[in-house]
Amino acid sequence: MNSEKIFKYLLVSSGVLMVLIALGIVATLFVGSIPSFKEFGFGFLFSTEWDPTEGRESYGALPFIIGTLLTSILALIITFPFAFSISLFLGEYFKDGALPSFLRSVVDLLAGIPSVVYGLWGFYALKPLVAELGLNAQGFGIFTSSVILAIMIIPYASSLGAEVISMVPGSLKEAAYSLGATRFEVVRNVIVPNAGSGIFAGYILALGRAIGETMAVTMLIGNSNNMPTGIFDLGNTMASLIANQFGEAEGLKYTSLIEIGLILFVITGIVNYIGKLIMKKLSA
Amino acid sequence: MNISTEISDRKMKQRLLKDKIFTNVMIFLAFLSGVPLFLILYQLAVKGYRQFNISFFFEEAPDTMEAMIAVANNEVIPGGIANGIVGTLIIVGMASLIAIPIGIICGTYLAENAEGKFAGLVRFIVDMLQGVPSIVLGVIGYIWIVKPVTNGFSALAGSVALSIMMLPSIVRSTEETLKMIPGTLKEAALSLGVPYHKVILKVILPTGISGILTGVILGISRIAGETAPLMLTALGSTVINTNITEPSSAVPLLVWEFYNDPNLVNMIWSASLFLLLLILGLNLSAKAIARKWKVQY
Repeated sequence: MNSEKIFKYLLVSSGVLMVLIALGIVATLFVGSIPSFKEFGFGFLFSTEWDPTEGRESYGALPFIIGTLLTSILALIITFPFAFSISLFLGEYFKDGALPSFLRSVVDLLAGIPSVVYGLWGFYALKPLVAELGLNAQGFGIFTSSVILAIMIIPYASSLGAEVISMVPGSLKEAAYSLGATRFEVVRNVIVPNAGSGIFAGYILALGRAIGETMAVTMLIGNSNNMPTGIFDLGNTMASLIANQFGEAEGLKYTSLIEIGLILFVITGIVNYIGKLIMKKLSA
Repeated sequence: MNISTEISDRKMKQRLLKDKIFTNVMIFLAFLSGVPLFLILYQLAVKGYRQFNISFFFEEAPDTMEAMIAVANNEVIPGGIANGIVGTLIIVGMASLIAIPIGIICGTYLAENAEGKFAGLVRFIVDMLQGVPSIVLGVIGYIWIVKPVTNGFSALAGSVALSIMMLPSIVRSTEETLKMIPGTLKEAALSLGVPYHKVILKVILPTGISGILTGVILGISRIAGETAPLMLTALGSTVINTNITEPSSAVPLLVWEFYNDPNLVNMIWSASLFLLLLILGLNLSAKAIARKWKVQY
C-alpha cells in the first residue's frame, strides 16, 4: 500500500515539475528584464536604437522584432509551394510505394540537419548565389536567411498537411469524381476546403519554428542593428541578436537582451498557441 | 449543336491540361524540396572526407597557428575534434540522465490520467515547452546555472538547457505509446492482484518500450546538433574537459569556432560531416526501432 502511494505521488510530482519548469522560465525572464523595463518602459518595444556606447546607452527592440517577423514570414511564403506539394504528394497522390517512402525519408532527414550545418551551407553555397544575382552586395541579409529558413521548416510545414489531407473522407472525393471532376478540381474544391485549417495549423507551427531559429540566421543575416529597409537589407532577429551579444553583455545591455528573450518567448508562445488551438478545433 | 460540342470539347481539354500541369508541377516541387539535402550531404562529404582519419577522432582541435602552417604547406590540418566529441558525450549524456527519467514518468502520468484537469494543464505546458526557442533555453541555462551554481560557463549549464529541450519529445512519445496499449492488458494484470505500480513498471512500460525508446533517441538527436544554447552555457574549450563545472566544447560548438576562424575553415566540413552522420544515424536507428519492435495487438 505504501509503495503504491509513493508511486502515485511520483507520477503527479513529475507533472508538478513540468509546471514549475515553465513557471520558472517565465519568472526568470520577467525578473531578468525588470531593470531594462524600469529604464525604458514600453518604449523598449518601439525604440529603433541599439546603442551600447557607454554614457548614452540606449536599447530598443523594434528592429529585431521586425527583423524576426520579416525573415520568418518570408520563409513561410517561400516554403509554401514546396510544403504544399509534399503534403499533396504524400497525402493524396502517392500514399504507398517506394517513391513516397523515399520522399518521406528525405523530408525526415531534412528535419535532422543541425541548424549550424544549414548555416554553413547557406554561407558557402547560397550566399555567393544571392550575391551573384545582384540582390545584395555580399549576399548576406534577410532574404538569404529566409531561403535557408524556408528549407529548414519544410518538414514541419508539410507533415501535418499530409496527415490531414490523407484523412479527407474518400466518399467526398468520389462524389466529386463521379460528377466528372478532374483530380485538380478535386484538390481545389474538396481537399483544400476540407483540410485547409489543418494545413494552415501546420504552417503556423512551422512559423513558430522559424521565429526561434538561431544559428543559421546568425550566420547569414549580416547582424546589423539598424532597422531593415527591405527584404534584401541586412538585419538581425531577436534570436541572432542574443546569440551574438549575450556572451559579453553586462549591466543594461544584459537585461535588455533578457527582455528581448522574453519578447521572443512570448511571440513564439502566442504563435504556437494559435497553431495548437486550430489543431484542437480540428480533432474536436 | 456542332459548335456547342466543340466548345465543351475544348473546355474539357483545357481542364485535363490544367490537371496535368498541376500534377507535374506538384511532383516537381515536392522532389525539388529534397535537393538541398543531397547538396548538403555532397558538399560535406567531398570537402570533409580528407580530414577523416584516426587523429580526427582522438586529438584535440588544432590552434590557429598549427592550422595556418599546415594549410601553407598544403597538408591536412593536424588534430581532430576529440574535445568536441567528449564534450558532446558528456553534455548530451547528462542532459539525457536528467530528462529521460522525468520524461518517462511524466508521460506515464499523462497516459494514466487522460481526463484530469491537472493532466490537461501539464499536457498544455509540455506542448508550450516544445516550442520554446533553443536560444531562450540558453539564456535560462545561463541565469540558472552559469551565474549562481558554477560561477562561470560550464558543461552542466549546457546539460540543463538541453534537458529542458529534450523533455517534451520524451513525454509526448511515452504518452502516445502507452495510450495505444489496450486496457485489457492492464486489467488482466490487475485482476491477478498485481499492485498498480508493478503493473505500470512490469507490464505497461516494458510493452511500450520500443515507442519510448524511439522518443528518447529522437530527443537525443534533437539536442545533439544544438549550438545556440551551448554558446551561452558550455561556451567551448580547446582541451578535453571532463569536469562538468568547467567550460566544455561540443561538436556543434567546434563547427561554430571553425567557421569563425579562417585558418580552420578546412576543419568545418569534417566536423559537420561527423555531426550530420551522428544525427542521421540516430534518426535512422529510431525509425528502425519503431519499425522492428512495433508491438502488434
